[in-house]
Amino acid sequence: MSWLKRAALETQEYLRLIGQIFRGLISPPIYVRDIIEQLDAIGVGSLTVVLLTGMFTGMVLALQSGMTLDQFGARSMVGRLVSASMVKELGPVLTALMVTGRVGSGIAAEIGSMVVTEQIAALRALGTDPIRKLVVPRVVAGTVMLPILTAIADGVGVFGGALISNFQLRVAGSVFWNNVVQGLYLQDVWMGLIKPVVLGFALVTIACHVGLRTKGGTQGVGRSTTNAVVAASVAVLALDFFVTKILIATIY
Amino acid sequence: MEPDRSGAAAVVFEDVSLAFDDKVILDEVSFTLDHGHMKIILGASGAGKSTVLRLILGLLKPDSGSIFINGVRIDQMAERDLMKVRDGLGMVFQEGALFDSLTVRENVGYKLFEETDMPIPHVDARVNEVLGFVGLSEFRDRMPSELSGGQRRRVAIARALAAKPRVLLYDEPTTGLDPITALTIDDQVIKLRDLEHVSSIVVTHQLRDAFHIATHEAAMANGQLEFRKASPERAALTEFIMLKDGKVAFEGPAPELQESDDEYLRAFLS
Repeated sequence: MSWLKRAALETQEYLRLIGQIFRGLISPPIYVRDIIEQLDAIGVGSLTVVLLTGMFTGMVLALQSGMTLDQFGARSMVGRLVSASMVKELGPVLTALMVTGRVGSGIAAEIGSMVVTEQIAALRALGTDPIRKLVVPRVVAGTVMLPILTAIADGVGVFGGALISNFQLRVAGSVFWNNVVQGLYLQDVWMGLIKPVVLGFALVTIACHVGLRTKGGTQGVGRSTTNAVVAASVAVLALDFFVTKILIATIY
Repeated sequence: MEPDRSGAAAVVFEDVSLAFDDKVILDEVSFTLDHGHMKIILGASGAGKSTVLRLILGLLKPDSGSIFINGVRIDQMAERDLMKVRDGLGMVFQEGALFDSLTVRENVGYKLFEETDMPIPHVDARVNEVLGFVGLSEFRDRMPSELSGGQRRRVAIARALAAKPRVLLYDEPTTGLDPITALTIDDQVIKLRDLEHVSSIVVTHQLRDAFHIATHEAAMANGQLEFRKASPERAALTEFIMLKDGKVAFEGPAPELQESDDEYLRAFLS
């Protein structure tokens, strides 16, 4: 029972945070400088890891699907498989997971240590709303940057797939790219761009929520960091399923 | 907003109670801090000393009772309106609570940089002024991590001062400092009370510092700042409040506290 009560309380607090974030988005003061800083930290800062993940995912996807397609004598279709999987599923989800690991943990640790060292209380005492100052800029940056990072991951992923197709599977470049274009529908692209908006918002808000609820000194900060990554990763995968389901029902 | 029922007092507590789950922190606590006066709140760890400061800032809400700051009732106020009330309050947190990603200058000027339209040169002038007051002018470009414990507290005092609050709140300003450094912090607290006439509440369990602050005064003599034994009129401005089990166990000036024959007070003071 106490477990249920805690979960309900946690959900209630999370929803309240979401409410405060929306209020912070539409009414002044808005801390523009902090938003720009976070766009840089979350977006530009995650570029390397996203490039690497996207590249290797695209390459391994080409290798694996090449093998399977061979069984049907359809090796030339590899472009279609790589692009569809990358753009619709692996790009958004893997980028979100990588950003969760890199940014989500950082946010939870930073905000958590500000809580335990009373810096959050000090902010409020100095007349600043910590939601507007700390949370809103991170949420804006995460929600804006994740689709962009995802698009980049998709791009290098398909490019990696092209490299493998060309040099390993010996599928001609023109066949591969032709296949990519044919295999992708506009709806797929929409799906690939809508998903990271939702995932980015979710992962940053969860990390902020966990950070703000940190208790118990430095040990608590460690716990919050772990919890933020675990909760946000699970949420990313679960949300991905539900968003996919909704999008298939609505835009296709 | 409620009408001004409390006259000109800086802080008024009326029967304030607060409990976390079933643990009673404050039980009908009442006191009045007049402008230019000082209250030193003593009590064992967990007696609700810091809670009093958090209630004054509106960081916590009481379960019952009313709190007035500069004549405005704040215990039911929304966070948005509280921001205005907090303009009149400065808080020195335990360990300083400096923003560790900002320099000393940015920390001290934080409120003026972020929450006012004051032009940057004016902010810098004010930052230099308050850093000079606490004697740390040459540290303005350091990061908090490069400061010692005592310096960090002094920067925290400077930050609390920057926006010229009428009431200053100190949460354990000397805890964890060596006796010599603690005295330098005590002197800042005395200076602010006697030269700037800021109303203040000091929460501490460091008796030596508490009595030092209560029994000394700062004065300018021939352009020189000096600290000396407080005159009786000056000493009367500072009163002690002793919290015990969420209640006010004692309220009065230093001599009265020292002469009290209450068993708990004797045990606490010895």
